[in-house]
Amino acid sequence: MAERRQVVIIGSGPAGLTAAIYAARAQLEPLVIEGEPSSNSDQPGGQLMLTTEVENYPGFVDGVMGPELMGIMRNQAIRFGAELRTAKVSRLDLSAPSPFPLWVGDPDAVEPTVEADALIVATGARSLMLGVPNEERLLGYGVSTCATCDGFFFREHNIAVAGGGDSALEEALFLTRFATKVTVVHRRDELRASKIMQERAFKNPKIEFRWNSVIVDIVGDTKVSAIKVKSTTTDEVSELPVSGLFVAIGHEPNSALLKGQLELEANGYVRTIERSSKTSVEGVFACGDVQDSYYRQAITSAGSGCMAAIDAERWLEERGA
Amino acid sequence: MSENIVALSDATFDEHVKSSDVPVLVDFWAEWCGPCKMIAPVLEEIAEEQAGKLQIVKLNIDDNLEVTRRFDVMSIPTLILFKDGQPEVRLIGAKPKGQLLQEISAYL
Repeated sequence: MAERRQVVIIGSGPAGLTAAIYAARAQLEPLVIEGEPSSNSDQPGGQLMLTTEVENYPGFVDGVMGPELMGIMRNQAIRFGAELRTAKVSRLDLSAPSPFPLWVGDPDAVEPTVEADALIVATGARSLMLGVPNEERLLGYGVSTCATCDGFFFREHNIAVAGGGDSALEEALFLTRFATKVTVVHRRDELRASKIMQERAFKNPKIEFRWNSVIVDIVGDTKVSAIKVKSTTTDEVSELPVSGLFVAIGHEPNSALLKGQLELEANGYVRTIERSSKTSVEGVFACGDVQDSYYRQAITSAGSGCMAAIDAERWLEERGA
Repeated sequence: MSENIVALSDATFDEHVKSSDVPVLVDFWAEWCGPCKMIAPVLEEIAEEQAGKLQIVKLNIDDNLEVTRRFDVMSIPTLILFKDGQPEVRLIGAKPKGQLLQEISAYL
């Protein structure tokens, strides 16, 4: 028999863990299937595990390290009785009403691993890759999606960052601690990043910008030696010698598991019913970046995780009555 | 750190890896690397389960640049499996336990 739980939470970033804290305090004994280690943001702790200093999370006057913040949230969830399992959901079936069967491990097993009365989806988002030739081959050999993990190896090197949002500038600024020069390659002539980040980047003497440019290829035999950059205005392709390329061009939701199971937006994000965490399937709630392509902050994720736990609790109550 | 995992340094690396009777899996890591922290408990489990068949050691890259550079480590965590002192398998990035075991299974 599959194990039966009142609340199962998939994902363990700020959204999943906040949902766990609230559900645990409501004595729903939530099970958090937190994900498995990876070097992408699809992992226990979520995207904050790949960051350094978080300066805008309320309550931390002097900032807090991303992985440390996630460790604190995790302990807080455990303190109230949430159970965390380091595993990945391989399949779920939302075609029949609650309880919803979930599989961990072999997705073809007849018997599901767990059945959830209410399900909270908090699977987050992951970094987009460029999708250019040689990118995958050179990942870990100069191509990186994690400046905090790999920046160290580029001491006194010239490197490039692809992207124009907050995460791209955060990476670029972080990388100036090590690199001689950081070139930000951006496809437009203005940045999407917040004003404070733009100001910091423009002021930093080690950061240069390559505007209206897209990366079309990465050059290197055993490690990156250059990138090929194409101008969007003249179509001219030039080579920029760098030994590292950090990709921060945006995110995509981790919603592959949910395709065909509940309603998704055209861009793959989970559709939630206005001002709630309810999805198109009754008893299934979504929170955090998997349903938010707009705010995407640790604090908004945490807030939506709280909403999901409250929505799930009320739904369980109403159904039980 | 568990008693099954030894910390190596630039000074002790060669001697230790060459003299081992069983394959040695070296974990190149650093204090500031989130994914490194995530795989640490996984490696401890593997070290315990595979005791006698596999030795897992850690090398802090901040303190041991010589070995880190010699093996062209450019991303952490990187795991390199040495057999008879020779690097045989290289795994870049944090991976789930099942996948780690699978990738080194031929040497166990």
